[in-house]
Amino acid sequence: MRRKPLDARRNRGTRMRSLRKHPLTYLTLLAVAFFSAFPVYWSVIVASHDNAALAEMPPPLLPGGNFLANVSRVFDTTPFALALLNSFVVAGTITVSVTFFSTLAGFAFAKLRFRGRNALLLLTVVTMMVPTQLGIIPLYMLMIKLEWTGKLYAVIVPALVNAFGVFFMTQYLSRALPTELLEAGRIDGCGTWRLFRHVVVPAARPAAAVLGMLTFMTAWNDYFWPLVVLTPDDPTVQVALSQLASGYVRDFTLGLTGTAVATLPLVLIFVLLGKQIIGGIMQGAVKG
Amino acid sequence: MPVVHRAPTAESPPHPPPGGSRTWAATSPWRHRLDRLVSPYAYVAPFFLLFAAFGVFPLIYTAWVSLHDWNLLSSANPFIGLDNYRELFSDGYFWNAAFNTLSIGVLSAVPQLALALVLAHLLNRPLRAQTLFRITLLLPNVTSVVAVVVIFSQLFGRDFGLVNALLDLVGIDRVYWQANVASSHVAIATMIMWRWTGYNALIYLAAMQAVPREIYEAATIDGASAARQLWGITIPMIRPTIIFTIIVTTIGSMQIIAEPLLFGAQVSNGAATTGGTDRQFQTLALYLYEKGFRSFEFGYASAAAWVMFLLVVLVVGFNYLVVRRMRGGLDV
Repeated sequence: MRRKPLDARRNRGTRMRSLRKHPLTYLTLLAVAFFSAFPVYWSVIVASHDNAALAEMPPPLLPGGNFLANVSRVFDTTPFALALLNSFVVAGTITVSVTFFSTLAGFAFAKLRFRGRNALLLLTVVTMMVPTQLGIIPLYMLMIKLEWTGKLYAVIVPALVNAFGVFFMTQYLSRALPTELLEAGRIDGCGTWRLFRHVVVPAARPAAAVLGMLTFMTAWNDYFWPLVVLTPDDPTVQVALSQLASGYVRDFTLGLTGTAVATLPLVLIFVLLGKQIIGGIMQGAVKG
Repeated sequence: MPVVHRAPTAESPPHPPPGGSRTWAATSPWRHRLDRLVSPYAYVAPFFLLFAAFGVFPLIYTAWVSLHDWNLLSSANPFIGLDNYRELFSDGYFWNAAFNTLSIGVLSAVPQLALALVLAHLLNRPLRAQTLFRITLLLPNVTSVVAVVVIFSQLFGRDFGLVNALLDLVGIDRVYWQANVASSHVAIATMIMWRWTGYNALIYLAAMQAVPREIYEAATIDGASAARQLWGITIPMIRPTIIFTIIVTTIGSMQIIAEPLLFGAQVSNGAATTGGTDRQFQTLALYLYEKGFRSFEFGYASAAAWVMFLLVVLVVGFNYLVVRRMRGGLDV
């Protein structure tokens, strides 16, 4: 929001008119925006008060001064620091790997000719619809066999590539990477791998950045599989969070402080880079 | 694209960079052919191998496990044919979970997609603060499921929850949201809806922006209202996207687990896996979790997974047919 795009300035007249013409539109959107943002704001409110303040009538609507005290309670109650570190390792590794392998496969699907390409691409799209969560029991048995239960591998390895990433990069590269550029590289004697490194990777960067951010968020927020396969003393951040929130004593302040600590970094990244992320989601969405 | 010109000039043939592996394709025609033949498969292989190992194999192996009396804690896992399925079909808890899944799914998906459509329609105009609206709408989707349930469990709290405080204010009795079927389903559906409405609205918006402007202009000249334009032009034009979101949302709703699990954990740890003290909001996925990871009846839980899979296919197919049949009504 720092820079106003040119067309926004040009459209200013129409936009002002639209404000007067559609007061109901703005009212509706403002109401929905309020409901979207309020629960996140509320978590900050709760996280910055003590439990007693929550019982008051009317409840507090502005942040209080108790945030740091609550944060230190969170770190004392659960292995939250370890959980944050684990989540960084997990989400970071998955992000690098998904971005790399998706760009590689996307390049092959978008620009290389090979037998069975269309069938394989179709298969990729179909796998997006498979409810893999239903295979969770054999997956768990597999992890026992590999002796990976309780280890971060169990969370990382199954997530190293996914169909969405491959499809997303295929879409982008078939549009954004000029075939002539690849042909020129071929004439200069480039092998496929060198084409990938020197032509494809630079061209894929904008989309790869968006994919990377989406992947990081998904991996950071993943809950169910880590809950099944990891142990409470070596958790990811979401697993630690669920423990905070489901202890024997109902301590909402503690739970929501954990929530705020785990969520605010992502929200911050999102607000800063939101425009690109939204662009990415909307691009990936148009599947025709 | 500023980076693009770099590639061809950096590797002009007279000065091939050192290092055999980087130039080997260029050195002999045989290697060149091999490179062209094998590279594409090598590049797509990681995805397919990984998906085969951790996606397809477990799903198929589930069928095999489901034919056994397979328990993590016992050493022998005898083959028992279809006994697990027979037991499952007469298992009241399973059908209770199926009902809950359907109920929560309908309560969350229908209003969510309808509202998303209207929001996208509103956003598809020249507006001030367009980006700010979009970012705020997507904010819930950045929040993790766990965070959503923790926040909403507080909001829906019996004693100190904001929702009950508001109900108090207008003179309605406080609700113990977890305690009965309807209220717990509404609370869980609200969480799902809150998290996904903005996301779907943006997907619809993307599709709407591909609709040619001239159609709307013509309709405006003909005096069609905004609502009429939404119904008469937008919805028919973005039908493929609508079908896509309905399918994805259906598949998602059939697998709801974290919301009931954590919502129940607010009552007690026992109520977490059973989805409330009386299984008021135990979904199918949660039932699967209870059987598989609390009592470790892997065989029985696998049978449940396969029946769930069939239910997913059935419901998705049904929704698809319904949407297809609506075509006649939508093409105005």
